[in-house]
Amino acid sequence: MRGLHNPMGNWLSTTWPWYIAGPIIGLFVPALLLVGNKVFGISGNLSHMCSALLPRKPEYLRYNWKDVGLWNLVFLAGVLVGGFLAAHIGQPHDVAISPATQAALTRLGLHNFSGVAPHEIFSWRAILTRQGFISIVIGGFLVGFGTAYAGGCTSGHAISGLANFQLPSLIAVIGFFAGGLTATWFILPFVIGAL
Amino acid sequence: MTDRALPDLPGCGVSTPPARPPRPAFLAVYLLLGIAFGIVLTRSEVLSWFRIQEMFRFQSFRMYGIIGSAIATAAASIALIKAVGAKSVAGDPIQIPPKPLGRGISYAAGGTIFGLGWALTGACPGPLFALIGNGDSVMIVAVLSALVGTATYSWLRPRLPH
Repeated sequence: MRGLHNPMGNWLSTTWPWYIAGPIIGLFVPALLLVGNKVFGISGNLSHMCSALLPRKPEYLRYNWKDVGLWNLVFLAGVLVGGFLAAHIGQPHDVAISPATQAALTRLGLHNFSGVAPHEIFSWRAILTRQGFISIVIGGFLVGFGTAYAGGCTSGHAISGLANFQLPSLIAVIGFFAGGLTATWFILPFVIGAL
Repeated sequence: MTDRALPDLPGCGVSTPPARPPRPAFLAVYLLLGIAFGIVLTRSEVLSWFRIQEMFRFQSFRMYGIIGSAIATAAASIALIKAVGAKSVAGDPIQIPPKPLGRGISYAAGGTIFGLGWALTGACPGPLFALIGNGDSVMIVAVLSALVGTATYSWLRPRLPH
């Protein structure tokens, strides 16, 4: 493997296969437990930020966000830095999605397949268009509302929760897919249909 | 209060037990772990809207392989930690507090609402932040919307079924 000769320049700038990426993601669960008895889960940070920022808070947000969540907010700051490092070491590349997906999205009206997300939807220029507003503003709202209501997201329920065989997490993950499939098959054609 | 019967702590998936204020040295470790996670999210392309579309269209095994092997690795690790009764570096016995099931409505309804947002934004909360790090600055708006969403839930919570 050429990556062994120049690891920084190679494995940090290529796409990792699923069987490397998946187990590494899974190892964040024992790593956080072993360091400080912390449960891996990102979306709690949205609550911590609301708890820290809102001047008048309902009961749900009245807790000591520093004691409960400062570790996680620091972890999240790291995610931002890590995203920056990984994207800026090596050259940017397009996501090699399956030809079937590319064909389906082309039929819906998408033209530009460069980058990690379609620029026709996710850009400052597109944010006030129908596709941009629904995907970014409404989509973001649903992520924040839904994860708070469900008490977790992909990391907390799908990975931490299912790995600990918790029934609530299984119910939540079934919901994730019910919602995701509905949005993909029934809402997205309307959202990007007129591109 | 009206929602006394609801879980006390907010959080993702399972409630983190109430803790002492974190020590600075540990915060540095959490920062490094977060940086590693941001790199993994980018290099695995889990943060890509295109990959999420591929997953929800059942046109690639990739995302299922990543999530499935992540769960398997985490499950084996948790089983091992429980089997040997490991303690954390901070000295606490390791335990994952169970999430109260209740009637289960919050998990089904909240999960479905999040799923709609996951497909529309093409990102769950971790990737939203990794995307901003990637330079996709418009995702700052998605994060602000997510904060409005969480705040809205916190106000409506006493009136929602759980």
